[in-house]
Formats: sequence, C-alpha cells, structure tokens
Amino acid sequence: LIQSRMDSTFAIKGKDFVLLAADASVAHSIISLKNTEDKIYELDKHVCMAAAGDAADRPRFCNYITRNIQLFKFRNGHSLPTETIANFTREQLAYAIRHGPYQVDVLLGGVDETGAHLYFMDYLGTMQEVEKAAHGYGGYFVTSVLDNYWSPDKTLEDAKFCMKKCINEIQTRFLINQSKFIIKCIDKDGVKIIDLNEQSRQAGLDD
Amino acid sequence: RVAMSIMQYNGSAVLAMKGKNCVGIASDLCFGVQGRMITTNFRKTFRMQEKLYLGLTGLATDVQTLHERLEFRLNMYKLREGREIKPSTFASVISNVLYAHRFGPYFVEPVVAGLDDTNTPFICGMDLIGAPVTPPDFVCAGSNTEALFGTCETMYRPDMEPEELFEVLSQCLLASIDRDALAGWGAVVTIITPEGSFTRTLKGRQD
Repeated sequence: LIQSRMDSTFAIKGKDFVLLAADASVAHSIISLKNTEDKIYELDKHVCMAAAGDAADRPRFCNYITRNIQLFKFRNGHSLPTETIANFTREQLAYAIRHGPYQVDVLLGGVDETGAHLYFMDYLGTMQEVEKAAHGYGGYFVTSVLDNYWSPDKTLEDAKFCMKKCINEIQTRFLINQSKFIIKCIDKDGVKIIDLNEQSRQAGLDD
Repeated sequence: RVAMSIMQYNGSAVLAMKGKNCVGIASDLCFGVQGRMITTNFRKTFRMQEKLYLGLTGLATDVQTLHERLEFRLNMYKLREGREIKPSTFASVISNVLYAHRFGPYFVEPVVAGLDDTNTPFICGMDLIGAPVTPPDFVCAGSNTEALFGTCETMYRPDMEPEELFEVLSQCLLASIDRDALAGWGAVVTIITPEGSFTRTLKGRQD
C-alpha cells in the first residue's frame, strides 16, 4: 500500500479535554478540489475521530465506524466509553488490513467518566494511547512543536496557542498549501468547533 | 521512501535468559513508525500467568492482535482444563497458531519465558511461522538480533542468581538497543523466580 501522507492531522490531550485538528483540503493530482472538507468525524456526543489518508477510504471507514457506534446505542440504550470505541476501531482496522485494507490513519479522542483519552491508530491497526500525536507529512513538522509547547497539565488557552503554532509551522514549511484547518474540542459538554482566529480578532479589539 | 522489511517497520528488541531457578525477559519501550518515535511506553513483554511471560517483536499491529488472541486461548485453556498452562505447552500453542497462517503469517517473532510447575526455567524463541527453538541459555528477537546475540554470547554465564541475572540482562539489552536505530527509548526487565517476580524499568539513551 502506497501511503499518501498529504493529509495533516494532529491532536493533543488535556486533563479534561481533547483538541483534534485536521487540514480541510482535498487534492487530486495537481488540482486543489476543495478546502472545506471536514475530516474530523463525530462518532458520538463525546468522541471524535480525525482521519487522514485515501479520499475514498476515509469517509467509508469513518461512516462505517460512526454508524456501528450509533447502532450499539439503539440496540443497548447507552453509549460506549472512549476506550471501547477505540478498541472497536482498532479491531476493524486490524481485520481489514488482511482482508480489504482501509488506507486511513486515525486519531481518536474522547471524554468520559474516566477522563480525557486520545488514541493514535494507523492503517495497519496499531493502537497506542497517547498525550499528543500527529499523522501525515504535517506530523513531521508538528511533532517537535507539540513536544515543546504542550504538556497535559496546561489549560485550554495554552492548547489553542499550541495549535496555532503547529498550524503556522505547517503553513510556513510544508510544500503543499493547506490554508484551512478545522479544529474541534471535546470536553464534558460535548464537541465544538474552535475558531483560532477569534481570539486574535477579539484581542485586537480589546487593545 | 526507503523500502523497509515488514519486520523493521516498527522497531523492537526482546531478550530472555535462563538463570539458576529463575528466568528473565526484557524488552525495549519504543513504538515507532519507520524510524519516527511515536510513544515511549510500548511494552513488548506481557504477563500471561504468574510465572509465564510472553515477548512479541515485529509488526506492532500483529504484536497487539496476537497478544489478544493468545490471551483468549489461554483463558479458554484455563476454563477447560481448570489449571494453568505449562510454558512448554504455551510455546506449542503459539507455534500452532503461527503455522496455521503459514501463507499469510503474523509478522511477529515471539519469545516465551517462564517457570514450569517444578520451577524449572524455560525459554523458547520462534520465527514468524512458528519454528521453535529451546536453547539452554538465552533467546533474542527484534530488529537487530545480531547486536543482541553478540552481547549475550559475551556476557552470559550459566546459573546466575536473580539479581545477577537482572544486571546481565539489562546490560545486554541496553548495549544492543543503543546500536539499533529503530529500538530503544528505555527498557523494561522482568525476573521470574519461584517466590515471585519483579519488574524494573530502565532509562537508557533517549534516542
């Protein structure tokens, strides 16, 4: 399997929140088709999955997982904890690699009673619980920025600052233009989309 | 991109040694993808029973899948037989599981270390299709077995006491993984004795 690593996804985990970021561009050969693609799929009210990889496999796999998680809820009347959802996803990837591979690398994050969890998964079905992670070429640039600016005891504001630094790094040094990123924050109240520029605009007004 | 052997996609190193009425098993802690470090707490040795440990090197997804499968097999064995499994029997089970996939193998090289019911030390190594070997001294597996064999052959001597075995095992592993670009980032060593076992984490070169 030849991996296209053009999709940049990265994520950080705090004490009670998880931030996931993914680039919003879809390219085909030398053409930029779209830059409003949402690659962060909401599996449940408190669990999200940022997916990178093949443009066809990604929605197929992510929708498949989402619908299975929802089916469980319909059948059994309650949600699954993050760890269970992550293990289910890994099982599907590990089965698929030898039967009909999905070329999708996943960063799965969620918040439940046991706290915030972030899982790194690759298309082979390897899974590790992590505090910060990245996939794709963007990951090469962002990993060291995350190492420098992020530790799990920091606040949501620090997290947003860290995200900004990461996106800036990709936009400065990565050859491919990825002008737009979608960032989602998961905490005990659910999933919300974060606008990083809002802070700087508001700060400008306050000054 | 570099064409890498599938057994070197994620780096790893596992070592097992026989002592006087004791065995030791050790692994590195790195989880990496084609040379890039992702996590530094990925143990490759698993406690299967009080006096039986399994080490798995090779492709990380198969390490995780095979560990889950073997734990299932072991639980079923305990329910059916009403007793714990002998290390030599467990090694046969693994060999059987691996050969069953002779033409589509799990990309792992397992190492079994334990004390049987008479507290006799047992170690066994296998290749990815289950060919077992039960040497009298030590077993090495991983992305750089040449280095492991070298240090072990030099530093090993028979009938070592537990603390001595711990020291020799640690030094052999650390010296070898320092020469392996893909494995490392610390090590974890377990010594199994008739009275019980102890596990210690080592901090080596963090590169």
